[in-house]
Amino acid sequence: MSATMAASGAARNTAVAEKLANRRRRSNRTVEALCLAATVIGLAFLAMILGTLLYLGMQGLSLSVFTEATKPPGSHGGLLNAIVGSLIQTTIGTLVGTPIGLLVGTYLAEYAQNSRLGNAVRFVSDVLLSAPSILIGLFVYSVLVRPFGGFSGIAGCVALAVIVIPIVVRTTEDMLRLIPVSLREAAVALGAPKWKMIVLICYRAALDGIATGVLLAVARVAGETAPLLFTSLGNLNWSLDITQPMSSLPVTIYQYAGSAFDDWVQLAWVGALLITFGVLAINVVASVVLRPRQ
Amino acid sequence: MSSTTASVTKVRTASAGISGDVIFAAAAKAAGIFVLVLLGAIIVSLLIGGMPAFIAFGPGFLTNADWDPVQQIFGGAVPIYGTLLTSVLALAMAVPLAFGIAFWLTELAPVWLRRPVGTAIELLAAVPSIIYGMWGFFMIVPFMSEYFQPIVIDWLGDIPLIGGLFQGPPFGTGVFTASLLLAVMIIPFVAATMRDVFMTVPAVFKESAYGLGCTTWEVMRAIVLPYTRVSVVGGIMLGLGRALGETMAVTFVIGNTNRIATSLFGPGNTIASLVALEFPESPAGSLKLSALLALGFILFVISFIVLAVSRMLLKPRAN
Repeated sequence: MSATMAASGAARNTAVAEKLANRRRRSNRTVEALCLAATVIGLAFLAMILGTLLYLGMQGLSLSVFTEATKPPGSHGGLLNAIVGSLIQTTIGTLVGTPIGLLVGTYLAEYAQNSRLGNAVRFVSDVLLSAPSILIGLFVYSVLVRPFGGFSGIAGCVALAVIVIPIVVRTTEDMLRLIPVSLREAAVALGAPKWKMIVLICYRAALDGIATGVLLAVARVAGETAPLLFTSLGNLNWSLDITQPMSSLPVTIYQYAGSAFDDWVQLAWVGALLITFGVLAINVVASVVLRPRQ
Repeated sequence: MSSTTASVTKVRTASAGISGDVIFAAAAKAAGIFVLVLLGAIIVSLLIGGMPAFIAFGPGFLTNADWDPVQQIFGGAVPIYGTLLTSVLALAMAVPLAFGIAFWLTELAPVWLRRPVGTAIELLAAVPSIIYGMWGFFMIVPFMSEYFQPIVIDWLGDIPLIGGLFQGPPFGTGVFTASLLLAVMIIPFVAATMRDVFMTVPAVFKESAYGLGCTTWEVMRAIVLPYTRVSVVGGIMLGLGRALGETMAVTFVIGNTNRIATSLFGPGNTIASLVALEFPESPAGSLKLSALLALGFILFVISFIVLAVSRMLLKPRAN
């Protein structure tokens, strides 16, 4: 009697345990499926954006896009002035911002470390890294455009340089901190002063990491629109004078995409295709070619 | 580390490179101070620029919903509300997806897929804001007005209490579309941060839970999430900081109306979109430009607080 009861009790326990296990397995599978779905949705957005750009951008892609400046609607212009303007401003902005960012990153990693000033600089640089870029445009407008009488390519370059600095700071500091102490000690043991140790040994050892940071900064500022609206303004005529308003791809896209003319909208799609694939190519190079050595 | 520094100092005094050392150290320190000054200058320039508006309207600037260039009355209530609303809605949509992506990338995906898929998700963050705006305007807006919004309005519009959120004509543009676009834009930031902090959980913790027979989801819920809770919130705040100041994408799709709509499908504006749109029509020295700069100052203060909190939460734990 008691034996049969124990047996049925054990059977009941097994049944309960099995039910519980099934439930846990089911909820696990549900969550796994939802996570996969989330990833697929994320990738689908990327695919949809790139697909749209390819489909609509390719239709307007022709040689004249690269050989002619922007023209009034209906007269088949190109994007040459916007492309050149973007190249000029991105290049100067990066050239100005990179050395400053490099020095700040060096200061944080090699000199300040965890001092109070160092922590303050690190905090402020990280805030600048994520601060709304439109505010950097307003800032440069207030200090450069309004007092010096007008929009200019220079102001655009400065705004982009301010965006470049914190990006370079972050990667430089991170990369310098990865360099082994033994390497530094070897340099110092040979009698190298600290600055030579940093410039000749640490920079060289961290070169690909620092280059990644600079590339990411280029990719970021090449697509910036908001800060340029208030600084270099955009220019529909051919102009290489950086003291005058200067055209750029993102601002031209902004002006053309919102216009009522079909050929302007078409050119905006071509510009969008160029800028996006340029920026993505830089990112892929930065992450695939340079990163694995770390 | 500190022993190296000490030995470096000792050697340095003996070497011929001492002047180079002094110059380099001074330059590095000057660059560090320059960054501090830069942030200070941004805050001060926005504050000075916005002063005339703050003086003219007082604290009422924050609560006044009028934006009337004809009568020279400017209030910031609508764009401030729009900025906060779109950002919070965007977070509500982005966080579950970003969590799913981070979970999949750290625990579920086959190892050979983790890197390429992770890179692809990161590329979503590299697409410029203006491209999101243009794509949203030409692709998402028509989809919203023709398919999504009419169906949702039919389906939910008549329900008491919450129905009001889903009423009105299906323009396609509006607060909901802007939030959706913002969500797509911040998913990669939140997902990347979550993935990075999930990977900091010591393998021993997870292995002991698996050893007890936990499923993957139970390990995530009972081990990984509690261990990384603070940093996960930090990552979400980082996404919020990004969403608050996003300009071009929002400007294209939010409808740009200075009115607080009761429906999520109604048009609105944000600080950034209002500044981008109204700036060309604001002559230097005008009260309107000052009001825009004042709004810029408010946006800076909000983002600064959010980013500061995010950084505090994301700080690596002391041990």
